[in-house]
Amino acid sequence: MSKNGPLALSFHALVVVFMLAPLVVVCLVAFTPENTLSLPTSGFSLRWFYAVFERKDFIDSFYNSLILAFVAASLATVIAVPAALAITRYQFPGRGFLNGLFLSPIIIPHLVLGVAMLRLFALMGVNGSFTWLMFAHVVVITPYVLRLVIAAAIGVDRSAEQAAESLGASRFTLFRQITLPMILPGVAGGWLLAFINSFDEVTLSIFVTAPSTQTLPVRMYVYATESIDPMMAAVSALVIALTAATMILLDRVYGLDRVLVGKN
Amino acid sequence: MSLLTALRQGGRGYLLSAPALVLFVGLLVLPLALTLVLSFNVFDYEVGVKPGEYTLAHYASLLSDSYFYEIFFRTFWISALVTLLCVVIGVPEAYILSRMGTPWRSIFLILILTPLLISVVVRAFGWSLLLGADGLINQAIQALGGQPVKLLYTPFAVVIALVHVMLPFMIIPIWTSLQKLDPAAEQAALSLGASQAKVMRLVVLPQVMPGVLSGTLIVFGLSASSFAIPGLLGGRRLKMVATVVYDQYLSELNWPMGATIAVALLLVNLLVMLSWNRLVEGRYKKSLGE
Repeated sequence: MSKNGPLALSFHALVVVFMLAPLVVVCLVAFTPENTLSLPTSGFSLRWFYAVFERKDFIDSFYNSLILAFVAASLATVIAVPAALAITRYQFPGRGFLNGLFLSPIIIPHLVLGVAMLRLFALMGVNGSFTWLMFAHVVVITPYVLRLVIAAAIGVDRSAEQAAESLGASRFTLFRQITLPMILPGVAGGWLLAFINSFDEVTLSIFVTAPSTQTLPVRMYVYATESIDPMMAAVSALVIALTAATMILLDRVYGLDRVLVGKN
Repeated sequence: MSLLTALRQGGRGYLLSAPALVLFVGLLVLPLALTLVLSFNVFDYEVGVKPGEYTLAHYASLLSDSYFYEIFFRTFWISALVTLLCVVIGVPEAYILSRMGTPWRSIFLILILTPLLISVVVRAFGWSLLLGADGLINQAIQALGGQPVKLLYTPFAVVIALVHVMLPFMIIPIWTSLQKLDPAAEQAALSLGASQAKVMRLVVLPQVMPGVLSGTLIVFGLSASSFAIPGLLGGRRLKMVATVVYDQYLSELNWPMGATIAVALLLVNLLVMLSWNRLVEGRYKKSLGE
């Protein structure tokens, strides 16, 4: 392993500072005792965190986002696991097409998906409904679960399944006792990745939410276009904390580096 | 495999993917098709969308109106600049990361890539704290005795925040192709007397090219359709394609025009991706001597 020179290391330090600066600044400003956006130079204060908890609209949006992300990620997992098994296990015409279709929301801009869903929901008369917002999220986050489960299913040793099958295990027992435990890291990792993506989604949601179903990122976006105050920093710091907690979980169950850069 | 097993296998495949297929047809294919139809619908400011009446007027105004022309041009150059900056920063950074020792390598890789998972609204807000009129950068400039500079609501703010959001998407594919690089090839070149610069140019760069090209594709596509960053850091006047679509839908209420711009964005995006992909594949095959 050759060493990086001082020039390379200073470049590296600059990149790290660049990547972390906005997040660190948000977390610091959240603790300011002042009324303006400033670094907490004269001591730390929690007043802006208290201010967040007094904003009912933000609290409601937070719960909306949490429930939405939980249910959407679970539904996406329920439909992506069988689809991933179909794609990795069985040969059938249209298999490649289905794989492409299920992964396509990754390359279609969320903006386009947002206006498309808005049109459909408006025609159905259900725009702003929480249920349909949730289905929209399921479409967007299914590819993340699918990718991780496919990767897990490809690595599975089939001989244990064949043994169980020859010993007379039913299809359901086979799945529950043999296949699922083996692909579990992929399923759990996929669920968490889907959860984070649903929780953070703003571009599609902004088109298909009503005031009562607004998610936290949409509420924050709308708030930030109108006013900027330290309360925004406190909300952002809470979001960063929640995301960090989810990422630590994701690291435990699947490995953060595997999620981000694939197998090492 | 007998015909019967083949049929049963196929049947199971369809059965297992049926729930996802139903959802994707209903909530992806159908809405996209409806939006395509909507982009041809006649629009009247008094009555709204006229179903059953079709026109090419929206596409004509997209191509002739200098307002839209300017928006598309601005979106294109901002995305191209962001992509270029991501290449210029991402290639050396991924290379430096790959040469680090064991604990540091994964620590820094995760530090640099995890902002990817944090809400883009939060990241945009972080940049507005740094770049605002009385933001930290201007405070630092004033503390050093300089004049405050207008940074927020300029193309500069949009570009720098987009680079921040997109850099992980560039580093990931470059990192992946660097993993396939055999360190022995570099050592062999060095031991045969090649300079470090020559090793970079002749051994490392050709190897990471596929990663750079796929990163370019992702970064350009995501930048061109980015919404929250220009929405929060570009202000009211500095519009990009996505924010214009938003205006057409939610303030002008001219849905057919908004749909037309969205369809054009999707088409341009797919076109760029497919042709770039073809270009990359062609090159890659050639370099492998096939």
